[in-house]
Amino acid sequence: MPAMTSTTDRTDPTAGPGVSAGEPIIRFGDATKVFRSGGEVRAVDGVTLDILAGEIFGVIGYSGAGKSTLVRLINALEIATSGTVEVDGTVLTGLGESRLRPVRSRIGMIFQQFNLMSSRTVASNVAYPLRVAGWPREKRAARVAELLEFVGISDKARAYPARLSGGQKQRVGIARALAANPRILLADESTSALDPETTQEVLALLRRVNRELGITVVIITHEMDVVRTTCDRVAVMEHGKVVEVGDVYRVFAEPGHDVTRRFVATALRDRPSSDVVARLRARHAGRIVTVGVDEAAGSSARLTRTLRAHGVDGTVVYGGITEVAERPYGSLTFELVGDEAAVEAAVDEFRSYTDLVDLGTAAAPREVPSVVRPRDDQAPDGDAHPGGTGEGSVGRPDRRGPDSGPLGGTGTNR
Amino acid sequence: MSWDQMAPLLADAFGQTMYMVLSAMVVGGVFGLIMGIGLYVSRAGNLMASRTTFAIINVAVNIVRPIPFIIFITAIAPLTDLVVGRRIGIGAVTFAMCVMTSFVFARIVEQNLVTIDPGVIEAARAMGASPWRIIRTVLIPEALTPLILGYTFLFIGVLDMSAMAGYLGGGGLGDFAIVYGYQQYDWRVTYGVVLIIIVIAQLVQLLGNTLARRMQRR
Repeated sequence: MPAMTSTTDRTDPTAGPGVSAGEPIIRFGDATKVFRSGGEVRAVDGVTLDILAGEIFGVIGYSGAGKSTLVRLINALEIATSGTVEVDGTVLTGLGESRLRPVRSRIGMIFQQFNLMSSRTVASNVAYPLRVAGWPREKRAARVAELLEFVGISDKARAYPARLSGGQKQRVGIARALAANPRILLADESTSALDPETTQEVLALLRRVNRELGITVVIITHEMDVVRTTCDRVAVMEHGKVVEVGDVYRVFAEPGHDVTRRFVATALRDRPSSDVVARLRARHAGRIVTVGVDEAAGSSARLTRTLRAHGVDGTVVYGGITEVAERPYGSLTFELVGDEAAVEAAVDEFRSYTDLVDLGTAAAPREVPSVVRPRDDQAPDGDAHPGGTGEGSVGRPDRRGPDSGPLGGTGTNR
Repeated sequence: MSWDQMAPLLADAFGQTMYMVLSAMVVGGVFGLIMGIGLYVSRAGNLMASRTTFAIINVAVNIVRPIPFIIFITAIAPLTDLVVGRRIGIGAVTFAMCVMTSFVFARIVEQNLVTIDPGVIEAARAMGASPWRIIRTVLIPEALTPLILGYTFLFIGVLDMSAMAGYLGGGGLGDFAIVYGYQQYDWRVTYGVVLIIIVIAQLVQLLGNTLARRMQRR
């Protein structure tokens, strides 16, 4: 990757007059935005929230939940009706339009529809914020070349946006948003117009922006998958209010609000529902158990060792392992076949280190608890990203709360 | 009348038409662009939303535009007197043409600006650009293709206007066709002049289309 500091006098985004990594860089204090056109719409309703410097923060909600308005309060495209919005040490509420412009130029933004200027080439689009900021021509050219290399579209510098694919357009959007060395990047549904593969590429690029440049990224999305793969922390919005906020891993493990549970369900479809359990019992005569899989409590290797130690045959009949906040997470449902005592011993050993739902056998079924309580004592602390790469990378906030566990929920099964 | 007698008169008429049309295109183009941008940016929710500004320009455009030009010339005669110093003659009708052209073009400009994706303007705002900078560097360049086509469309209307203006004392090709053709029952002169007007219109349209195609980046 090209060194982003080589040809310009870009200041270290983690240094300078603003707040340092891990401290709040964006603070909402009871922020409310009311739109009065026809009826009165409280698009953002009393939001109090801190977003920390150096993190990737997700804001998820259904359309109309107010997330787009919330993010526009950050760069003052919308002004809060009441409450306060503070960005990088500057209180935006009460500032006049001309005082807000320099604040905006320190915050990059990318959009669902890319919003590139069709009358300008790729290079000219990327140079636009530099012109606004008054950079001299030679420095602009060098910076644009550097940015296009960073996002991987140097060969398209002289093309017009209409000639680019969606993914390429969003790369241009990202390059443009990064041009003036922002400390914050706002991504408003930035992958919603892209196909799944391109979405992953763009999300990977946003992670690089965060890690290599130390830029705080705020991602607005309605896709839990985006949060799962990319964000450190997430706020869930409904009707203008933040109904839940926390580490992504924790929110997945223990969604505390109905809306959150619905979103989590869209991203994790690996716990058998009662219909599925009924069909599993019809197909498999053996003991059926669902166990949680995560990197600390119950890696699949450890599960395999347990089965081998007790001489039990375990067949995966349902479930899967995915990644949440870049860590393995999921559940596997086994049919266990073997000597009854051995099966019992294997189940007990599973229970000793991970969460387990015992569904019994077809002959002696056990009720399916609606939810399963994860274990408290197994989750490790520590940085999920040891040794960040590149300059300007910052320590990431711990992604994982003490209560996380792959089976999630709030029931008990101990 | 022989061709030898007619040729210098026709040349004069051509010159008068060009004077009227080009004056109206330049003056009306500038003021129309300003008013059209004013209409667009002052509309509720836009860059410089202002209910009052929008209402004033909008009402003015709506009042002036539908007035038949031949009536408009006499209607603004007092204003013409004030500005030009006389109520008849080529100067007076050219003034009236400039005013009418401004209002007509204002609406054309506004309608073309509406086609710009508001997201592009929001992006420029998010980059810290001032409204004036956005007008210069986003609005006009982004709408340049339709603006050129709209301006070309305007030319044909102004050419038509000049024929009427000519009849009311401006001279020009329209006047020439009526006086030396229609009223003399000389259909060759009438159609000959009409042919010249058609050729001018064709050439300008060709020029406009070519320019617009050059600007098109899609």
